[in-house]
Amino acid sequence: MSPKREIAFTLNGVPTRASVSPELSALALIREVLGLTGTKLGCGEGECGACTILVDGRSVNSCLMFALDCEGRSLVTIEGLAADPLGARIEQAFVEAGAVQCGFCTPGMVVQAHNLLTAHPHPTREQIRRGIEGNLCRCTGYFKIVEAIERAAGAQE
Amino acid sequence: MAEIERVLAPASLDEAAEALAAGEATLLAGGTDLMPASHAGKVRFAPMLINLRRIAELSGIAVEDGELRIGTLVTIAELLGDEAVRERCPILAEAADHFASPQIRNAATIGGNLCNASPAGDMLVPLLAAGARVELASKPDGTLVRRVLPLEEFLVGPGRTRRRPDELLATVRVPAAAPDAIWRFFKSGTRPALDISAVSIGLLARKAGNALHEVRIALGAVAPTVVRARAAEATLEGRVLNPETMEAAACAARDEVHPISDVRASAWYRKELIHNMLRRMLSDVAET
Repeated sequence: MSPKREIAFTLNGVPTRASVSPELSALALIREVLGLTGTKLGCGEGECGACTILVDGRSVNSCLMFALDCEGRSLVTIEGLAADPLGARIEQAFVEAGAVQCGFCTPGMVVQAHNLLTAHPHPTREQIRRGIEGNLCRCTGYFKIVEAIERAAGAQE
Repeated sequence: MAEIERVLAPASLDEAAEALAAGEATLLAGGTDLMPASHAGKVRFAPMLINLRRIAELSGIAVEDGELRIGTLVTIAELLGDEAVRERCPILAEAADHFASPQIRNAATIGGNLCNASPAGDMLVPLLAAGARVELASKPDGTLVRRVLPLEEFLVGPGRTRRRPDELLATVRVPAAAPDAIWRFFKSGTRPALDISAVSIGLLARKAGNALHEVRIALGAVAPTVVRARAAEATLEGRVLNPETMEAAACAARDEVHPISDVRASAWYRKELIHNMLRRMLSDVAET
């Protein structure tokens, strides 16, 4: 195993330090080293979006990010969004619209919806569909997820 | 998996070039290709891993001498949102919109896409059509030197470029499109997001009346690198677009490519796509 490297970053607003091997992904850092299991491992190659987190305010697939590249950055996971007003609105809208079935894609969907609504507070239906094109859901057929994001956008008034 | 002995995060291009001159290194930018390739066992890490992300001078988009100068670390999302890119190289902005997914566009860099040199690389087709050049930086004997190569020379084969191990791709230079330029970009995939092209086509030309000049057609996923369709370009050059010239160009493009069959499409299907889609792009240009 390659020598570990000490990194410092902010996780959900909390200054955090960790010792990581160079090959480790940010997802493995979050789930296995830091124990936050809300972020999911789906495909592990950037196809499904279940591992979506915010890095310096932008959504990325944490499974494609090197943990050592977290150095100096601000990471927000689904756990961090619980305390965020927009995050809480999206969560509520997912519940109300029935946008959660098995729930595996939900953390990634909510984080990606947060990214979308931050950039486009009043998205069209097409913008919502494009906004979640990198997130796969095998249960809902997406309809209720799109509806939930629309609802969350409407609740921003 | 080979062992990474050292990890460096240089703060300047100079520092990065110096580290590269000292020994073999794996370069990390967005990581969106490097990470899955390493999981699949397709990459052998060099003893040194250089994270380029902290180098401010490799970020940002500037306009100099009428050219776009795009830093190697510019993400696909940044290209997509950039006013200068939309204005001066709209075909690049259009291709960026068809690139993977929002999450990957937020992380993947233009330099990474070029250095991976996939024949299906989404940025390669628009950049080849636009006549882009790449600037490579190195520090062979204590001084930072740069050389500029046309993209066509830079790309050698799948995953292979003319970048020497001691060099890094610093900037992509793209000539601004002429005011009378027309452009079209087409990417074929089984779904809009997160698909690797079965073929892609970039078309750039100047349009005077209904005639095309300075025609440049770039094709992706039909050869070991992205290629220009020079025979098709020649059939169109200076000619008025009509059913005969458009059909001749589409046939020329189909006949000059020699794609392979793979999981995404058969060689026959790729050739048909090139013919039919180029034909459609040209009729669309003729009608506008």
